[in-house]
Amino acid sequence: MRVLRWFLGLILFAGLMVLNFTVEMSVLLRILNPLIICCFLCLWRVGFGPTPADRVVAIDILGILIIGFCGILAVFTKKDFFIDIAIAWALQSFIGTIALAKFLEGKSFDE
Amino acid sequence: MNETIGYIFIGIGLLFDFFGCLGLVRLPDLYNRLQASTKCVTFGTCGVMLGVFFIYGFTGVGIKAILCAGFLLLTAPVSAHAIARGAHIRGFKLWEKSVCDKYEEDNL
Repeated sequence: MRVLRWFLGLILFAGLMVLNFTVEMSVLLRILNPLIICCFLCLWRVGFGPTPADRVVAIDILGILIIGFCGILAVFTKKDFFIDIAIAWALQSFIGTIALAKFLEGKSFDE
Repeated sequence: MNETIGYIFIGIGLLFDFFGCLGLVRLPDLYNRLQASTKCVTFGTCGVMLGVFFIYGFTGVGIKAILCAGFLLLTAPVSAHAIARGAHIRGFKLWEKSVCDKYEEDNL
């Protein structure tokens, strides 16, 4: 059963890779597709995480992935303001994660 | 030449991002998931930012990209440690096959 699940996952991964490089689409979309799949995996963990700490970890990683999105968009659309968005998003994500971790300890925000 | 190095860095970063998220979904425990998903930061997104720096060179965008990478390298371990400490204080259990728990032993 375990081997079968591993094999199914491997087939899914290989199929997605082949589809990514054979179906007709733009170069930007070909590069962004793995990040979109990563975001959906993180959203799955946010939705079905057994404990609240799992959700906090997934939200943190989702913010990090969006920073990577902004970097790739800045390269491929030749617009400069995406990097500014990335820096601002890094700051906001850090503050939010620290606040959520403080909330996870069982204290209130002003302690 | 610089553009080729930058695209190689972006590709390696995407690969690390994907494997980090795979670990976030597949691993059994909160602390294992945290340990796998922090790899998203250190070479995933920082690799992408390094690739942007190699493509643009020492222009405004390149300097901002390397600044963003440095800021990520400074803040991501802090937030990961804060999450792990908060979860341990709250009392979330480790996986039952975990070998040792040094933080618990130190705080006895």
